[in-house]
Amino acid sequence: MYLTDEQQAILSGSKGETMAKVMKTLVMYGETFGADKMVPVTSKYNHLVTSFGLKMMKPVFDLMQQLIDAGAISQQKFSVDPRPLDKNVPANFLMNFIFNNFMYSTQESYEAQLKELGLMNEDAFTCACYLDAVGNKPGKGDVLSWAESSAVVYANSVLGARCNRNSGIMDIMGSIAGFVPHFGLLTDEGRKATWLVKVECQKKPEAQLLGSAIGMKVMEDVPYITGMNQWLGDELNDQNCAYLKDFGAATASNGAVGLYHIAGLTPEAKELGDALVKEDAQVYVIDDAELERVKNNYPVMWKNADATPKLCFIGCPHLSMQQLIDWTVRVEEGLKASGNNKVVIPTVFTTAPAVKKEFEKTEYAARLKNTGVILSYICPLMYMNNPLAGKMPVITCSNKLRTYTTARFYTEDEILVKITKGGK
Amino acid sequence: MKEFKGRVVTPGTVTAPALVSHGGLNTLASFQKALQFGDKKATCGDQNNPDLFGKEMLGTALCLPQTIGSTTGGLVLYCACAMGRQPACMLFSKPIDSLAAAGSILASVWLDGISMPVVDSLGEEFLEYVKDGMTIHVKDDGVICVE
Repeated sequence: MYLTDEQQAILSGSKGETMAKVMKTLVMYGETFGADKMVPVTSKYNHLVTSFGLKMMKPVFDLMQQLIDAGAISQQKFSVDPRPLDKNVPANFLMNFIFNNFMYSTQESYEAQLKELGLMNEDAFTCACYLDAVGNKPGKGDVLSWAESSAVVYANSVLGARCNRNSGIMDIMGSIAGFVPHFGLLTDEGRKATWLVKVECQKKPEAQLLGSAIGMKVMEDVPYITGMNQWLGDELNDQNCAYLKDFGAATASNGAVGLYHIAGLTPEAKELGDALVKEDAQVYVIDDAELERVKNNYPVMWKNADATPKLCFIGCPHLSMQQLIDWTVRVEEGLKASGNNKVVIPTVFTTAPAVKKEFEKTEYAARLKNTGVILSYICPLMYMNNPLAGKMPVITCSNKLRTYTTARFYTEDEILVKITKGGK
Repeated sequence: MKEFKGRVVTPGTVTAPALVSHGGLNTLASFQKALQFGDKKATCGDQNNPDLFGKEMLGTALCLPQTIGSTTGGLVLYCACAMGRQPACMLFSKPIDSLAAAGSILASVWLDGISMPVVDSLGEEFLEYVKDGMTIHVKDDGVICVE
C-alpha cells in the first residue's frame, strides 16, 4: 500500500509510539483487504459503535485510556450508539441489580472517557445519528470511519457517503489518524452491485422483512433493487428515509450488507442506473410468498413458544420523528377499535435523545403517554443482552433485535393488534 | 496428514486441536457469556451455532468460513485475546471478513505477548476435510498441516 511521507513518518514513530500503533493497525487492516492507499476522512463527525460500559470490555477501556494519555485524540467529535440503561424501561429488581452492579457497572467511567475523546454532546447517544435532530449527517461522497452496521449501510446507501463495514475500535483508529485505507465500499468498483434483486410483490413489502430476505440471500454483497418505485416513488422524503433506515438495518444484521441501491431512488442509482449492476450479477426474485417463507423460517427462541408477551420494543434502529408521530396515531386508532384505553402489553418506543426532546414539544407526546407507551432513548439490544431479559417473552417488529436476541418478530400490523387488543 | 496453503493475516506458529464451525462464527454471541461471567475455557454461548454451542474454544485451532454478526465482533475478539480466552489460532476457509480481521490485527498490534496466528483463504476443501479433535500445525508461511 502506498503511504505518503507523512504517513510513513507516523508509522515510524514521528508522532510517538501510540500514534505509530494507530497507523500500524490501519496499514495492516488495509493490506489485508488489498488497499492501494490511505484516503482522508472527510465527514464533519465520526460515530462510534461502543456506547456501553460492559464490565467485560475492560481491555477496550484500557486501550481508550492509552489513547487519551498519549494525546491520540481525534480532531473529529463523534456521536455514539445508544445508552444501555433507562430507569423508565420496565425491569424487575434482579434485572436492575445485575444491570447496575454487574453488567454495566463501568458505564459512568466509560462515558467520562467518551467525553475526553470528543463526544459531540450529552444527547449524542443513538444508532441513528444521521437523523436531523441529532446532526451527524454526512454528505454525498464524504469518507467515514464508522462501524455501527445500520448507520454504515444508511450513510452509504441513502446519503451516498463512503464507508466500509468496520469493526468497533477500528472506527476510532481511522478518526484519530484522519485517514482510512482505500478499499471495498470506498472504491467505485466496490460499490457496484453483484446482485440484481427484483421485487415482484403485490403490496408494499414491510421494510424489516424485505431487508431480512435480501440480507440473508446476498450476505456481504451489494444488491441493486428494482420494483420499489410503485410504492416509494423517486424522492428521498422523510417517509422513504425512515423506510430505508429500517430496511437497511435488516439487510445489515440478517446479512452483512454495507451498501444497497434502489433503482430510481438512492443517489447513485439515480445517477448511474443499471450501469451499477455488474454483468455477471446473480438474480433474486422476491414476491409475497418468498417474504412469507422467510418470516415463517425465523426460529422462535422463547422457552415456551405459546407464552404471553411481557414486553414489546419498537425502534431498533431508533425511530425518526415522523415514525413516532405515525406510531402514536396508529396506537390510538388501535386502542379505539379494540375498546381499550391503554396498551395491553408493556410497550417501549425507542428514539434518539435529541428526537425525544423535539417530540416532547409536540402535542403527540401527551397523546402517546395517554396510551401507556413508554418513550425511551435506550438500546433495546443492550437491554436484552443478558440471561434474565433473554428469558422474557419479548416481541418486536425489528429484525435486528430478533437476530441478536431472543425477541420474537411480528410485522407492524401484527404488533399493533397485540399491544392494543391483546392475544398471544 | 494433509496440507493446505492459505494467506497469513497475523503471523505465528502453533499446534492445537481443531474445533470446526461450518457456519459463520457470531463472535459476540459466541464469546459474550464466557467473557462476562468469567468462563476461563471460553465455552461457546451461541445457541444458533450447533457445531460450537457448549464447546470450549480456548486453545483450539478454530476452523471456520468467516465471522458474522454485530460490528462489535472485532472488539469482542480483541477482549477475548486480552483476557487470555482466545483460540490458539483462527483458520478461515474464505477470505477473512472485516470484523475478524480487525479483532486479530488489534490484538496483534496493541497486546503484548499475545499470539493468535490467523490464516485465511484456505478453501472449501479445508473445511470439508478437517474434523473436531484433529491435530493442526500452523506454519509461519500460511501452510496448515492437518493430521
